[in-house]
Amino acid sequence: MIDGLNPALILIGGSLLALLAPQGRARNLFMLALPVLGALQLWGLPYGEYARIELFDLTLTTLRLDGLSFAFALVFHIAALLAIIYAWRLDDPVQQVAGLLYPGAAVGAVLAGDLVTLFICWELAAVSSVFLIWARRTQRAYHAGMRYLLAQIGSGVLLLAGVIVHLRATGSITFEHLGLDSPGGWLIFIAFGIKAAFPLLHNWLQDAYPEATVTGTVLLSAFTTKMAIYALARGFAGTESLITIGTLMAMFPIFYAVIENDLRRVLAYSMNNQLGFMVVGVGIGTPLGLDGAVAHAFADILFKALLFMSMGAVLLRAGTVNGSELGGLYKSMPLTAGLCMVGAASISAFPLFSAFVTKSLILEAAAREGHWVSFLFLLFASAGVFHHAGIKIPFFAFFAHDSGIRCEEAPRNMLVAMGLAAALCVGIGVFPEALYAILPYPIAFDPYTTTHVVTQLQLLAWSALAFSVLVRTGIYPPELRSVNLDFDWGYRKLMPVVATGVWGAVSRGWEAFNTAVEHLVKRLIAGLARHHGQYGVLATTWPTGSMVLWAVVLLGACLIFYYL
Amino acid sequence: MTEHLPVLQVVVPLIAAPLCALLRPGRAVWLLAMVTCALCLLIAALLLDRVLAQGVISYAMGGWPAPWGIEYRVDAANAYMLLIVAAIGAVVMAFARTVVEQRIRLPASKQPWFYATYLLCLTGLLGMIVTGDAFNVFVFLEISSLSSYVLISIGRDRRALTAAYQYLIMGTIGATFILIGIGFLYVMTGTLNMADLAARLPAVADTRTVRAAFAFLTIGISLKLALFPLHLWLPNAYAYAPSAVTAFLAATATKVAIYVLLRFFFTIFGAQFSFGTMRLDAILLPLALAGIFSASVVAIFQTNVKRMLAYSSVAQIGYMILGISLVSVTGLTAAISHLFNHALMKGTLFMALGCVSFRIGAVSLDRMAGVGRIMPWTMGAFVIGGLSLIGVPMTAGFVSKWYLILGALERGWWPVALLVLFTSLLAVVYIWRVVETAYFQPAPEGRATTGEAPLALLVPTWTLALANLYFGLDTSLNAGVARRAAEALLGVGP
Repeated sequence: MIDGLNPALILIGGSLLALLAPQGRARNLFMLALPVLGALQLWGLPYGEYARIELFDLTLTTLRLDGLSFAFALVFHIAALLAIIYAWRLDDPVQQVAGLLYPGAAVGAVLAGDLVTLFICWELAAVSSVFLIWARRTQRAYHAGMRYLLAQIGSGVLLLAGVIVHLRATGSITFEHLGLDSPGGWLIFIAFGIKAAFPLLHNWLQDAYPEATVTGTVLLSAFTTKMAIYALARGFAGTESLITIGTLMAMFPIFYAVIENDLRRVLAYSMNNQLGFMVVGVGIGTPLGLDGAVAHAFADILFKALLFMSMGAVLLRAGTVNGSELGGLYKSMPLTAGLCMVGAASISAFPLFSAFVTKSLILEAAAREGHWVSFLFLLFASAGVFHHAGIKIPFFAFFAHDSGIRCEEAPRNMLVAMGLAAALCVGIGVFPEALYAILPYPIAFDPYTTTHVVTQLQLLAWSALAFSVLVRTGIYPPELRSVNLDFDWGYRKLMPVVATGVWGAVSRGWEAFNTAVEHLVKRLIAGLARHHGQYGVLATTWPTGSMVLWAVVLLGACLIFYYL
Repeated sequence: MTEHLPVLQVVVPLIAAPLCALLRPGRAVWLLAMVTCALCLLIAALLLDRVLAQGVISYAMGGWPAPWGIEYRVDAANAYMLLIVAAIGAVVMAFARTVVEQRIRLPASKQPWFYATYLLCLTGLLGMIVTGDAFNVFVFLEISSLSSYVLISIGRDRRALTAAYQYLIMGTIGATFILIGIGFLYVMTGTLNMADLAARLPAVADTRTVRAAFAFLTIGISLKLALFPLHLWLPNAYAYAPSAVTAFLAATATKVAIYVLLRFFFTIFGAQFSFGTMRLDAILLPLALAGIFSASVVAIFQTNVKRMLAYSSVAQIGYMILGISLVSVTGLTAAISHLFNHALMKGTLFMALGCVSFRIGAVSLDRMAGVGRIMPWTMGAFVIGGLSLIGVPMTAGFVSKWYLILGALERGWWPVALLVLFTSLLAVVYIWRVVETAYFQPAPEGRATTGEAPLALLVPTWTLALANLYFGLDTSLNAGVARRAAEALLGVGP
């Protein structure tokens, strides 16, 4: 451990050094060492504030370690490690560098003690992550990446604007509790909201994540949104409106997830749903609620990574993740199927799996504070999760009707990564105390009471029954190749049509104006070139006499000016 | 010993210079010069440290007290300048050995004279800064000027001779004007000590003689610092001098002239008289703006990269004068910190060009095509220097631009702030032309495919390049001390 060294710098610095290592095992081992070293550094540092930098009149606290940032930074390191193992055979420097830079930026963001450092990491994460989408190197991925980048940079710009307003009004850039009433609070809130995929601000997520590379989606699912959850927990804990927002977030994706065909997109919708739980936890704002949000983020990163990894393996081997084209894969990929089901059980909050011990914290917090409406909706959402993520994903990919696809089992490195993630999911479920111990607030909570277990099992059983009945009777929406119209239809299709009409009128006027300006600029440049160009009067060597003349003229002018 | 630091600053290189000339040609000469430069840097650093800790140091030459004897007076402003000049002097000296041995039109037997002249030039520059006596300024100015004419004239290109000759004429006129100005002041006050002059001048301020002195000093100093349109000697002198000489002079000579301007108009005449009564800013401001704009545009059209950077220097001098003519703490901070930052960036750029010309024998754009691929380290340093010149955040150049814009906004001069931003874009254009040629164009036919420059050149170049990055992040020296110096000059600080 090096005193005061920011763990984020290990990942960020290492991402550039990784390119110097020869392609292959040497580079892989080097990359593998980085998150391990980072995690050790993180573990060794006592809580406190380090690495202050003076920038003009501002004091940046680039490293602040406390309970909240520690939990996020730790799980980010684990996720980065899993992704590196998962991508062991990958031979693409772009993804390798981005795969270290992006986690590094995310770690930097959760460890940032001030808003300026946060902003820098916020943007670095945005810019580095888009390469994970572009690395798929298709036209579709390119456009999706562009849209993704627009949303992310937009969030960054709002954040910067908010920070400036905040700085002007309060003179402080410390990243502490802000609240909506603080100057610039709303701007910062919306900036966080975009990254946390609040309803109506969420479309970039479902749009871009399924278009990323096999490894890219695993990485993307871990960092950006959780970084936003951290920022909300830090800046806006206890904001009432977050409870409503979170409840909506947990509800609406369920319906989309049921009818979606691309299984990675189903997972993207279910991310929204899980984020909703965390946002509610932050909105409640009690120690129990915040602990629940942090714990659930921790668990979510692991099981969502596991699910995305298993779907990535399917994409790699079978060439598609469309529910309509898959089925019966358990014969070819039994291990992947088994690991996927561990992930499915975790996300569905089966007892002894991770989400059970984390989600119940949030539900308990909601119940204790008397948010009964939210509580009931969240219960419903829990059932929905089981429905689309717990049953639908494994069912359509590995079972259902046999699609006839026969392929190899996933490569060994992917199995190792998935196995590790699965072990962590089960480990958290069986030994929740270990996770509870690193949460920001000390809690005494036992998830394994009879009431909890029975309620959850009932919920799951009825949900499973509903799925079975619907599929048997043929009412369940069949898996079709189709495109779901989400809210983004509004700004991706409707707005362009309206805009085109207006644009037509404007553009003709604009063209005329342009021609005029172009003409003017050309003449201006020609004029400048005549005088300033290589042989222009201002650029050539003058005779000594003329130089002296100038000096004398100026002296005369000065004398006259001073005498006046 | 330490109480003699101010005089040692000048005496050490002054004595080392003739020693260099007496030594037999060989490595030992360079070593002596290098050690001398390193000593100067050490002395400058110690002086700055002491001034920051204890305040102004006054040193009476030969034990004669101030108004009668010559006084050396070191405050925050000139301790800071001493550090700039001594540091650049040392780094460029490290760079110079390889250049002198292989790239200068001098037979081996004459090479010791180069080092002797270089040290004399350094003596002159340091002396101008450290002295507290107006006439002493003129003496040291002549020492540094005469030696710099010699240094320029030994460039490989024959045009170096004409360039040096023109510089000689203009420089001498400038020095003469300064001498006339000082003479007038002496006539009116009977003293040459700066502090004494400052005390006695207000009584006789409203006379024609003092006004004439003011005018002669304005033009004389402006000639030396190459204020537009008195800059015409500069482009050729920088373009055709040996690369080590260009790097040294570009980073120090004009800066010292600007320091002299600050000393005369802020310390001796006082800001109130210079800018309140005489409205010096009314002359400086338009010339600075015209210089920034015109020289930047000229730089865009140049094909000789060294000449291009010379014009860019004229524009950068414009930024410093602009900062001065804002007559505020922020504006002066911008100007003084730009003295430092510009020394770093232009030192880097000219030394990188020295590396290029060392390998391919030319620095014109067409010959430099594709050079980024065969000399990655050299061009890497050039890019860092270029970014700093443009004023990209995290580089030293950003710091002074930032203060300059702040200063302009403080005065409510929006158009000036916009012009600064716009001319930064012009800098992007001319730097980009070099980058584009060096990295994206195929190498021209018939150019020898030599490799990277030798380490002896790369190490000093990268030292300055990294300094550009370091001082972009840690601004306690280039902005912190600059602010103290600005406050001291305006008489508002502690």
